[in-house]
Amino acid sequence: MSTEVKARQTARPAVTTPAAPRRKKSPYPYWFYLPAAVIFFVFFVLPTFSSFFFSLTRWTLFDYEFIGLDNYVAFFQEPALVIGLKNTLIYAAVTCGLKVVLGLLLAVLLTSQIVARGFLRSVAFFPVLVSTIGVGITFTVLMHPDDGLINRSLALVGVEGPAWLVDPTFALLSVALVDVWKGVGLATVIFIAGIVSIPREYFEASSVDGASAFRRFWHIILPLSRPAVATVIILSLIGGLRYFDLIWAMTRGGPGFTSDVMASVIFKQYQAGFYGLSTAGNVVLFVLVTVIVFPLNWYFTRREVDL
Amino acid sequence: MRTRKSVWLGLLAVVLFGIVFLVPFAFILFTAAKTRGEAGELQFSLPTNWTLVQNFQDALTARDYLLVIAFINSIVLTVASVAILVVLSSMVAYVLQRRQSRWNGLVNFLVLSGLIIPPAVVPTVWVLQELKLFKTLSGLILIEVAFGLSFCILLFRAFIAAIPRDLDQAAIIDGAGPARLFFRIIFPLLRSVIVTVVVVQSVAIFNDFTNPLYFLPGDENATVQLTVFNFQSQYSTQYNLLFADILLITIPPLLMYMFLNKRIVEGMTAGAVKG
Repeated sequence: MSTEVKARQTARPAVTTPAAPRRKKSPYPYWFYLPAAVIFFVFFVLPTFSSFFFSLTRWTLFDYEFIGLDNYVAFFQEPALVIGLKNTLIYAAVTCGLKVVLGLLLAVLLTSQIVARGFLRSVAFFPVLVSTIGVGITFTVLMHPDDGLINRSLALVGVEGPAWLVDPTFALLSVALVDVWKGVGLATVIFIAGIVSIPREYFEASSVDGASAFRRFWHIILPLSRPAVATVIILSLIGGLRYFDLIWAMTRGGPGFTSDVMASVIFKQYQAGFYGLSTAGNVVLFVLVTVIVFPLNWYFTRREVDL
Repeated sequence: MRTRKSVWLGLLAVVLFGIVFLVPFAFILFTAAKTRGEAGELQFSLPTNWTLVQNFQDALTARDYLLVIAFINSIVLTVASVAILVVLSSMVAYVLQRRQSRWNGLVNFLVLSGLIIPPAVVPTVWVLQELKLFKTLSGLILIEVAFGLSFCILLFRAFIAAIPRDLDQAAIIDGAGPARLFFRIIFPLLRSVIVTVVVVQSVAIFNDFTNPLYFLPGDENATVQLTVFNFQSQYSTQYNLLFADILLITIPPLLMYMFLNKRIVEGMTAGAVKG
């Protein structure tokens, strides 16, 4: 780093003086952008743009053949792939909704005057930091239909638990529940940060007026932590729409294709060597995320300015 | 009256939180300490014989010390990526925050895009292959940097906004050039946000599974997450070793959390609120 810096300093006057003699040199030079920009363009922007082109080809990485929209036609005609699209939306909606609702409830609980508050906050947040693969494998064992801890415990109270990951109707939902278990801590701390920043006067005024706990939640906490709610919704949608790790660790899209999402479809097609088709899936996911998240983000930031 | 109610509520919360959030971790620990036969029963119970140390040894030495090699790979990956991320993203955030220009709109848009848009997988493999970086650790490091930049830039920018510009002026009057001004004066002042970035990004990159799976396949340079994932199929009958692996990869984030709890929560909420 230091040699580069020295070289820049000595080279600089010779380069800039003749070109722009009148303009004052900024102490904040654009070349500070350069190294980050190069990496970002080569490894993120370039692949993103080229994905539009390669999704229209039959592609071996070394050679390509232009085939128009065939990949997209194939994609939307194959039921196994369309399931992925539907599941992605279900998964994102379920995890996002549960994280907002449960996170908000936990945040209200953990900002009230209860014992062991700090301990409970730490406990709820820790799963956020644990390896997703570790969590996935652990819950795969806990959710075992016969021998798993969850169904054994349910049997003790006389409830027959579902077969979780091996039941086609429950597989995706089971993974979503584990995702919520792992991620609700992050939503909770964001909500806590939002609730703590509400001025105390509101709560004092409401208790003078004799408002019930529920009214306090509905009329003060909820409206005034809107920015936090917006953040959690955006974050969990971004995460949920592209989610891969947990699904791959727990079901690999199975049983059959019943818990396949876009990200796992993309990976499966890549593994099978259908690079063009996989890239088309990537473009579909790109469009999906863009169409959902950018307008939502714009809507939330606009409303914030209004407030 | 009120306090008694809140004590009961608190106790109820402790019990529920214990069941929901701690039992899975206790299950990992107990299973990792059991003998092979006992672990296979998948029971949630204390091990009759604690063989934790033996299991750790077996897990680490399995398949010619594959897990040890994976740990070294993961640590190299994490340290290198985070170091590059800190330097490059603080430079970007600094100019972005200090200099008003017509580029700001574009840069902000790119930062936002980096957060939102899912990376295109196969084209990235293609780029790596063209650069002869596919299946190399350095390639994966550059990928992690490219994907992590946006989040770090947002954290740094928010922090730099709170550093007074008078400081820059004073240094400029004293004759400091741009590089000197940033690396000697501003960068050292960023210490607390650097700690936050380092902690949050190390946990994220150490735990990353998707990117190594795509861009660093193969056993000889696998990362820990990948290794544990592969053990899942091999050790389907040796749950004690599988959970010993899981326990081993849970320890680094746990240590970080115990010492830097506040910083992590701070960083994640601050970055989140801006995103």
